[in-house]
Amino acid sequence: MNIARLLKQFPGVRSEDGASLVLPRELALQVAECLKNDPEFKLDYCSNVTGVDYPDRIEKSKAADGSETSKKIPGFLETVYHLYSIENKQGPLAIRVRTADRTNTRVPSLTPIWRAAELQEREAYDLFGIHYIGHPDLRRILMWDDFEDHPMRKDYQEPDDYHYEPTPHDEVLEKARKHYGAA
Amino acid sequence: MEISDPQEMEGLRSELQKAGVFVTTMEFIYNWGRSSSIWPLQFGLACCAIEMICTAGARFDLARFGAEVFRPSPRQADLMIVSGTVTKKMAPQVVRLYNQMPEPKYVITMGACAISGGPFKQGYNVLKGVDRFIPVDVHIPGCPPRPEALIHALVTLQKKISAQTTLPREQGDVSNRAYDKGDQHYPVPQLGAHDIVPPFNPEVWHPEPVRRDS
Repeated sequence: MNIARLLKQFPGVRSEDGASLVLPRELALQVAECLKNDPEFKLDYCSNVTGVDYPDRIEKSKAADGSETSKKIPGFLETVYHLYSIENKQGPLAIRVRTADRTNTRVPSLTPIWRAAELQEREAYDLFGIHYIGHPDLRRILMWDDFEDHPMRKDYQEPDDYHYEPTPHDEVLEKARKHYGAA
Repeated sequence: MEISDPQEMEGLRSELQKAGVFVTTMEFIYNWGRSSSIWPLQFGLACCAIEMICTAGARFDLARFGAEVFRPSPRQADLMIVSGTVTKKMAPQVVRLYNQMPEPKYVITMGACAISGGPFKQGYNVLKGVDRFIPVDVHIPGCPPRPEALIHALVTLQKKISAQTTLPREQGDVSNRAYDKGDQHYPVPQLGAHDIVPPFNPEVWHPEPVRRDS
């Protein structure tokens, strides 16, 4: 696949790690259409759609004089598509689309391009809270309709409803301490 | 003559047998009939259901124990085999099915998931044991339990049924729930914003307090 040509054709598309493409939200549909229909790519098979949560983080940097400065880097959600070409026998190519931040989570839906993405975009909507604009039927698919949380997000607080094993450790130990109190 | 001591009863029975007289009790025949013809509810939730189906098939042949008539309607069933993972989304339906079964009714939980949530215990979407909402008679550990284990559970249940009393020996002493006054209906949990509401039924579920040293 001649990714360099694609990068030239769509300025704004980046390839951060050489293996995947990061598409700007406003270009995503155009690029996806090109990837599907261009005879060189013909990525006609969307095998997987998922989400990734990048939470807010604080980056500390040390200046030359020894003073530390910390900078808050806002988090975002990302949706990842894995594409193959049955016709050209090539792939996979991963494309990634990022949301503006973790509250404004709108991205364009690629279901109009790859019909296979329909249910998996619903899953990512359910578990990550990514809103796919242009999806024909965006509702929860695994959890019930009245459920309000997004369980795969890093800051998800699960209901404290289970017994802990007698010898918990690490994260579970923290949870167990909270559950049973200090005593 | 009235004999209330079961041991005395058993002694009298064997004495009479020596003389060629066979006696029995209504209760024994009644319980024998009930325990030898248990109709399970036909529903499966996960991979344990495959083992349950296999148990009902030719190789393990649940028919040998009289429990092969899987009923597709809860109205005709008297045993609920909870075979598999009960998700929180499914929990209200399981409780509702239990409520729709006529008395006397029994529950076998099959496998780690149905008992405690199993490998999904620390997840967000699986009910951590159906005994949080409905009373369970026999638990079968395993992931999934082998068909022999399910047969063992059935035989254990048969023993339990055979030990039940139907005719009151004393006032209020009836262990067969079908003759109780109380209606065995349990509240169906609702699907809430973060979890099922309530997360368990305190009337049914009495967990042992966990003792921790640290």
